[in-house]
Amino acid sequence: MLEIRNIVCRYGKVTALKGISLTVPQNKLVALIGANGAGKSTTLRSISGLVPPVSGQILFKGEDITRASPARILSLGIAHCPEGRRVFPHMTVAENLAMGSYLRRDRAAVETDLERTFEQFPRLAERRRQVAGTLSGGEQQMLAIGRAMMSRPSLILFDEPSLGLAPNIVERTFEIICGIRDSGTTVLMVEQNAYSALEMCDYAYLLETGSMALEGPGEQMISNPHVREAYLGGGMAHSH
Amino acid sequence: MTRLTPIIVLLFFASVPWWLTDQYLLHTLITTGIFILAAMSLNLLLGYTGQLSLGHVAFFGIGAYTSALTALGFDVELFGLFRVVHEPWPPVLGLLFGTLVAALCGFVIGKLSFRVRGAYFVIVTISFAEVTRLVSLNWVELTQGPLALPGIPPLTIGFPGLGYMTLWEKTENYYVVLAFIVLAYILIKRLVNSRFGRAMIALKGNESLATSVGIDVTRYLVIAAIVSAGMAGCAGALYAHYIQIIDPMIFMFLNTVTMVIMVITGGKGTLAGPLVGGLIFGLAPVVLRSYVGPEIQWILYGLLMIVVVFVLPQGIVPAIEQWFNRTKAEPLREPSVAGKGERA
Repeated sequence: MLEIRNIVCRYGKVTALKGISLTVPQNKLVALIGANGAGKSTTLRSISGLVPPVSGQILFKGEDITRASPARILSLGIAHCPEGRRVFPHMTVAENLAMGSYLRRDRAAVETDLERTFEQFPRLAERRRQVAGTLSGGEQQMLAIGRAMMSRPSLILFDEPSLGLAPNIVERTFEIICGIRDSGTTVLMVEQNAYSALEMCDYAYLLETGSMALEGPGEQMISNPHVREAYLGGGMAHSH
Repeated sequence: MTRLTPIIVLLFFASVPWWLTDQYLLHTLITTGIFILAAMSLNLLLGYTGQLSLGHVAFFGIGAYTSALTALGFDVELFGLFRVVHEPWPPVLGLLFGTLVAALCGFVIGKLSFRVRGAYFVIVTISFAEVTRLVSLNWVELTQGPLALPGIPPLTIGFPGLGYMTLWEKTENYYVVLAFIVLAYILIKRLVNSRFGRAMIALKGNESLATSVGIDVTRYLVIAAIVSAGMAGCAGALYAHYIQIIDPMIFMFLNTVTMVIMVITGGKGTLAGPLVGGLIFGLAPVVLRSYVGPEIQWILYGLLMIVVVFVLPQGIVPAIEQWFNRTKAEPLREPSVAGKGERA
C-alpha cells in the first residue's frame, strides 16, 4: 500500500534520513522503532508531506506522492496523528473532530462519521462542547485519534501515541490502534515503547541515526539479540 | 453580547449628524472613521492570522495616491522611453483602482514573505512602506513629491437613473464612511465565520497540526493579505477624496502605529475591537486638546494607552465580553473541571 524507496531528508544542513526504504502492506500494523533522533518522526512527516524528501520516492497505492502537498496526501487517504500537542487547544471537542474532515465535501457522511466517533468514544460525546485544551491527556489522545479517523483514511500514521500518557491510558490507546487495524485501516506507528510496539505489530523496522538497521516480523525482532540489548533493557523485557 | 448591539450602535452613529452641530467634531469623526476602516483591515491580519504588518500605511497610501491620480490624470515619461498620458477619470473609478492596486500589492507582499512569516513579514512590510514613501517623495513627475497633490475631486456617487450626488458636504462624507465601515464589518464577519476563519483559529492553536489536517497555510495567509491590503487601500482612497490633498507624509510610520494602537487596545481578533479602540484613540487627541496644552495632550494620550494595555492586556472588547459573560453566567455556574481524578 505504501512504499518508501531510499528517501533522504534534511533540516538545513542536518541529514535526518540517510536513504531509508520501507513497505507497509495493506491491513497491516507496521511499527517503526528506534531511539530519540533516529529519524522516526521525520519519516512520518515526509510521508504526510510536511517535510518533503530531497531525494528518493514515496509511493501510495501506486501513485507517486513524493512532492505532493499535505492537503493532497490527506485527500488520497493518509491521516497523520502527530506527537506532543495533539489537538487544537482553543477549539471544542466537536470543532476539533470537524477539523479532521476539513477537506471533505460530503456533509451528510461527515455528520454520520461524527456520530460514530462519539459512539466509539463516549467520553468525547460527554465533552462535545468543552474546549479541547482543558481535556486530560488521555482524552486528548482519544480526540486526536477520532479526528484522524474523520478524514476516512486508508492509512493512518501514529507518532508516539504513548508519549506522556499514564500506563493504563497507554494500554487503552494501543488497544484502539489494534482495533483500527482490525477494522481494515492500515497503520504505520512510530513508538519509543519498543516492547509494546513489537508485541502488537505485524512487521517492524528499526531506525538508527537516519538509517534502517533491521527489519522483520514483531516476534522475530523481540528475540533479536541486538534489539534486546539496545532497546528492550538487556533481555529483561518491560512494557513500561 | 446581544445580537442587537451592533444595530443599536449603528443607529446611534447614523443619528450623529442630526444633532451634532460642531462641524470640526464631525470632521474628526470622518477621519477617525477612515482610520477605523484601516485598523479593521489591519485587524484581519494581526488579529486573525497573527501576522503583524508594520507597513500597513503603505497600502493606505497606495490606495490614496492611485485613486487621486486616477481622478486627476497624469502625464509621465517612463525610463525616458515612452510617455504615459492618463486623462482624468471619475473619482469612483479611482476608489475602485485604489482598492485593486493595494490588494495587488498585498498579494505580492504576502507571496514574498509568508513562506517564512513572523519577523520576516514585519521587516518586509516596514521596508515596503519606506520604499513607497521614497517613491512618492522622489517621483516628482507623477506625485509632485513634497509639493503634494492638491485639488483631488470629491467622490460622486449614485446610480444610473436615480441621479448623482457629489460629496461636498461633511454630512454626506460621514454617511459614506459609515457605510464602508458597515460593509467592511460584514465582510470580515463573514470571512472569519467561514472555513477560512476556522483555518485561522486552527493555525494559531497548532500550526503543524493545521497543516496535517490539510489546511494550506500559505494560501490562506495570502488571501488575508489581499483582502486586508485592499481594504486599507479603499480607506486611503476615501481619505484622499475627502481631504482633497495628499502628500508623502501620508506614509508616515506614525500612521501605522496609530492603526496598531487602535487594534491592540480595542482587542485584536475581535470584530468590534478596532471600532472601539479606533473611536477612543481617534477622538482622544481632539477631546484632550480642548482641556490641556499640546505637550500634556500627547503625554495623556500615551498614559491612556499604557493604562489600557496594562489593565486590559487582551483589549477592551474581550474584557467587556468576559465581564458580561461572568455576570450573566453567575447564577447557574457549575463546577467546570470534572473528572480530574483520571488525568493521564
